[in-house]
Amino acid sequence: MTYLLDPTSESAPTTRERAERPLSLEGITIGLLDIKKARGDVFLDRIEALLVERSYSVLRFSKPTFTKIAPIDLRHEISTKCDVVIEALAD
Amino acid sequence: MIQPDGLVAIVKRDCPTCVLIAPVLADMRERLGLTLTIYSQDDPLFPESTRGSLDDTDLGVSFALNIEAVPTLLRFKNGIEVARTVGWSREHWEEICGVSDLGVGLAPFRPGCGSRTQEPAIAEARALADRAAALSSRSIPIGEEEDEFEAMFDRGWSDGLPLVPPTTLRVARMLDGTNRAPHDIVAVVPPNLVECTVEKVAINAVMAGCRPDYLPVVLAAVEASCTETFNMHGLLATTYFSGPVVIVNGPISKTIGMNSGINALGQGNRANATIGRALQLVIRNVGGGRPGGVDRATLGQPGKYTFCFAEHEGTSWGTIATERGFAPAQNAVTIFAGEGVRGVVDQLSRTPESLTRSIAECLLTTAHPKLAVAFDAMLIISPEHLRVFEEGGWSRKKFRDELEGLLLLNGSAHSRGSREIMEGMPEELSEMQLPKFRERGLLIAHAGGGAGLFSAIVGGWVGGSLGSESVTLEIGQ
Repeated sequence: MTYLLDPTSESAPTTRERAERPLSLEGITIGLLDIKKARGDVFLDRIEALLVERSYSVLRFSKPTFTKIAPIDLRHEISTKCDVVIEALAD
Repeated sequence: MIQPDGLVAIVKRDCPTCVLIAPVLADMRERLGLTLTIYSQDDPLFPESTRGSLDDTDLGVSFALNIEAVPTLLRFKNGIEVARTVGWSREHWEEICGVSDLGVGLAPFRPGCGSRTQEPAIAEARALADRAAALSSRSIPIGEEEDEFEAMFDRGWSDGLPLVPPTTLRVARMLDGTNRAPHDIVAVVPPNLVECTVEKVAINAVMAGCRPDYLPVVLAAVEASCTETFNMHGLLATTYFSGPVVIVNGPISKTIGMNSGINALGQGNRANATIGRALQLVIRNVGGGRPGGVDRATLGQPGKYTFCFAEHEGTSWGTIATERGFAPAQNAVTIFAGEGVRGVVDQLSRTPESLTRSIAECLLTTAHPKLAVAFDAMLIISPEHLRVFEEGGWSRKKFRDELEGLLLLNGSAHSRGSREIMEGMPEELSEMQLPKFRERGLLIAHAGGGAGLFSAIVGGWVGGSLGSESVTLEIGQ
């Protein structure tokens, strides 16, 4: 019998419940996250205008650079201030 | 190992002194009965005069008792060794046994022979076994009917090429390449941000095909890649081509037989090939970074299997490491986020001025001729091109200074839409002179065979704090 040593981290992903989806955007705060990809702001500006037009509450956020994961403070701020987030991913 | 109270003799048939004292052991057995235990290192039928002995051919008892020569006679009391003598000495044996007239007719003293535990191959195997026992990774049984190479593919460990099976013995040998303990943490590896031990790096280095003496370079490469500055997570996640390129400086590159000469960036050298591969396997297997998962490269490039080379050392231009303040005698590894290799052909320039203009023209095409500042690059100057500079009296600094002036872009000619090309720099920069590369954005290396008026450009990725900053670290032991 051959035995091989495991080259992986030997960890298994945990499954988490998805946050409950709101049935309506009434009375909740919508975060718009710009990850700093080119022209992501153009997309989000338009989304913001459409949401504000409908009197929804909107907050804007942006990552320092698209090449790095969002800083923990930013993630914390978004999670405490917003109920839903729209992220502009690609250029 | 706890021994019952009484006497223990360790012998082997291959030892003339042991053969000589066989009648003494028989006499002791007669007089002392079962308080004497005899172990033989090579043949449990020996000594015939005592009807054989206990089998210690696996040397378990001898190692446990730290036997260095045979015969060794020991006395135990309350489970503790209270007396020991090595070789034959009537005086000492009588004292330890508490009897007189032992070995009458024999010489009073005769030295013994080396214990089998001292044979180099056995001592090494034992040391390996000890180290193997200290490993903590999960041991995965591969069935008799299973092909271990296929089993490794099936488990997703491979980059697409066959792997060397990471058996306990191979991993233990790999760990001989470093002074660091197997459980030492080398880095936190993205994208899953997993604490990676020396042992896990060693397992992946075995699979990549490394020799143990490459391990310190792999460890340094993993550490450098997983720094915040280098941003391996982003490099992995990008749709761009780049992957980690490993450049090795210092005496170690020669010691471990790396190639900095003919075909330095190509195939055929074990160290070059496997060090870069080991780094990628660590990111894949420990960090969980896989193509189609967090690795989102649109096309990627073949250097993502492995991309590692050594620089020529000792020229007037120094190396990447010496430019960054390392001494020539220091071993260092630099990690650069690089895409593929493109050639710089200039077979006609015989002056530094002309050659610099050639190189600048080629560098200006990095990523896109109309893009400035964002993308880094590494220039690899070949020996024949370096000769043109050296003969012209140009230092590395002089070359950098002259090059900088040639790498300034006119904003208006490079703005979006100019030259009927939409790609380009933002309109608001059109009045500015834009440097093609940010400060620290151009690395200059020196490698390659002695013939060929060709250099190479390895395009980078988004540079600096917005993307990746190349990192140079000293290689430890």
